[in-house]
Amino acid sequence: MAKVGVLIEIENGEVKETDLGVLTAACKGGGNEVFAIAMQENTDAAASVLAEYGVNQIVQVVTKGGDIKGSPDFETRILAEAVKNFELNALLGLASAKGRDLFARLAAFMDVPLVSDCISIDLDAKTVRKSHFSGKTVATLKVESELMLCTIRPNAIEAQTMPVQAQTVVFEAQAADPGLTKITDVKQSTGGKVDLTEAGIIITGGRPIDSADNYKMLDECAAQLGESTAVGASRAAVDAGFAPHSMQVGQTGKTVSPKLYIGCGLSGSVQHFAGMKTSKVIVAINTDKDAPIFNKCDYGIIADMYDVVPVLTQVLKEQSD
Amino acid sequence: MQIYVCIKHVPDTAANIKITGSDSFDDAACKFVVNPYDEYGLEEAVQLVEKQGQGEVVVITVGKEAAMASLRSALALGAHRGILVKNDSQFLSSTLTAQALKAAILQDGTPDIIFTGKGSVDTEGFQTQYRLAAAMELAVVNEVVDLKIGDGQATVEKEIGGGSREVLEMKLPCVIGATKGLNEPRYPKFPDIMKAKKKPVKQTDLASLGLESPADSVSLLNLEAMPERSGAKILDGDVKEKVTELVRILKEEDKVL
Ligand SMILES: Cc1cc2nc3c(=O)[nH]c(=O)nc-3n(C[C@H](O)[C@H](O)[C@H](O)COP(=O)(O)OP(=O)(O)OC[C@H]3O[C@@H](n4cnc5c(N)ncnc54)[C@H](O)[C@@H]3O)c2cc1C
Ligand SMILES: Nc1ncnc2c1ncn2[C@@H]1O[C@H](COP(=O)(O)O)[C@@H](O)[C@H]1O
Repeated sequence: MAKVGVLIEIENGEVKETDLGVLTAACKGGGNEVFAIAMQENTDAAASVLAEYGVNQIVQVVTKGGDIKGSPDFETRILAEAVKNFELNALLGLASAKGRDLFARLAAFMDVPLVSDCISIDLDAKTVRKSHFSGKTVATLKVESELMLCTIRPNAIEAQTMPVQAQTVVFEAQAADPGLTKITDVKQSTGGKVDLTEAGIIITGGRPIDSADNYKMLDECAAQLGESTAVGASRAAVDAGFAPHSMQVGQTGKTVSPKLYIGCGLSGSVQHFAGMKTSKVIVAINTDKDAPIFNKCDYGIIADMYDVVPVLTQVLKEQSD
Repeated sequence: MQIYVCIKHVPDTAANIKITGSDSFDDAACKFVVNPYDEYGLEEAVQLVEKQGQGEVVVITVGKEAAMASLRSALALGAHRGILVKNDSQFLSSTLTAQALKAAILQDGTPDIIFTGKGSVDTEGFQTQYRLAAAMELAVVNEVVDLKIGDGQATVEKEIGGGSREVLEMKLPCVIGATKGLNEPRYPKFPDIMKAKKKPVKQTDLASLGLESPADSVSLLNLEAMPERSGAKILDGDVKEKVTELVRILKEEDKVL
């Protein structure tokens, strides 16, 4: 029986939805003892969800030695202490902004291998699959070390419930802050938007969006597509100044893997696909029947996005009313 | 300022990857470039030295002899010198890479800042910079989109998703993983390309740096093409009909709505 930890991200008291797929990965095969590692005290509101998704032990990692959230190196050392204390055989997490950073720090600090951004994982065989060459190939890697550290691409593994009884334990770490880096401020974006990399649905506007203002059309559609929907942009649209870089999907932007990706006015460039080809379902709306995107998506609508998107918004609205 | 920039020689993202056997690809069959993210680190380093009117930018890579081409590209973009740590393996562990980068940098000089990219677009490891920093006991921040150098410290901003940014202070010397947004990398001009050919490049290898290749702790079992979609089902009718059918399929068949 393996002891598998999952680093849990809790936002406003709730477990991030994308963490549930990671828990499913941790439970797979059955017989694993699953630890939800939370770098905070308050997990009460999250406890029932964690139990429903197979968590046996909820670990609240705390310290009296300073502010965990103020120093990523401090947080790393505390997490390393928890990993050792619970003798974990594996620690999994999301390849989110937080997970990417914390896992890489942890791997470097503990000097153990790390596989980033896995799209599937087999804990018994200690193998994972992940993209190489910007989504052009899939590599199967075997982790030979005793402790397996992996981050998993958000939404890559579908969440399945696996109800168990969970027990909460508090672990107080003794580690000290090495004082190398300090978080001094967080500049929140305006409007609390859904993070692209973790969105369940993404609707993207390419070059023909033509202005920043026209993204409103996509925002309105996104609102009808559901609350975990985000709006994305192609590099052509970002470079033209229609959208901020934080909205860019692709090789030099975000890597995303939503269950539904709707591309409006995208030609289907290799670099754009590098960032979204592992999406579950891809829909393209393009005026040009020969646009390359139609060769590599699931459903195509050959029409003007300015005609299609408002109708899509309307149809979704009617069906939800 | 003495600045080191770690660059990786990687297949162009537009290149076709021809897989050979079960765990390698034909690297003679595709065009290689400087890892795109590393270019942001290079540009930042060159601008810092230009602004201060003094200092040196040294580009360093661990790779095959062919990686010399990427070093020359970087020299054409303003770096002063290059270091090639020769190693012939197609996939190199990030731990060994970080050790090689550390050894070669310390043998060469005393860094004030080390730049890397946020990750390499070939193996997508996203960790070499952290291992380098840990081995050198330096501060590291990745995915940096803004950098200000102060007295003995750097203030950086990184994107943390949803358009929000974290502001961090880090002690110098430090390791900075650059990404798009930090600057606009320049294009090389012809005279710079000619000048780059004459700039010095030091060659070394793992053995000369006192390193040996240990057994990999992560091994590549298989490399295969990512399964491609076979082409779209094109929806029929007028706009309303197309959209209604799409919504039905997404709800009832694919269950993604
Ligand atoms: C190193 C490198 C990195 C890159 N990284 C990225 C990246 O991260 N992300 C990225 O997106 N790109 C990236 N690119 C750029 C990429 O190669 C393409 O240039 C870009 O993705 C094209 O964007 P687009 O599809 O929006 O525009 P276009 O290629 O111009 O396509 C626009 C499409 O819209 C269609 N169209 C026009 N009007 C309408 C309308 N009214 N309704 C519906 N359809 C319409 C046209 O038929 C066309 O197919 C990168 C390039 C390089 C070299
Ligand atoms: N072989 C290498 N030579 C020089 N720099 C490298 C090498 N491999 C990785 N790097 C640097 O480390 C960063 C992260 O790489 P990776 O961990 O492979 O994603 C890259 O953006 C480079 O700046």
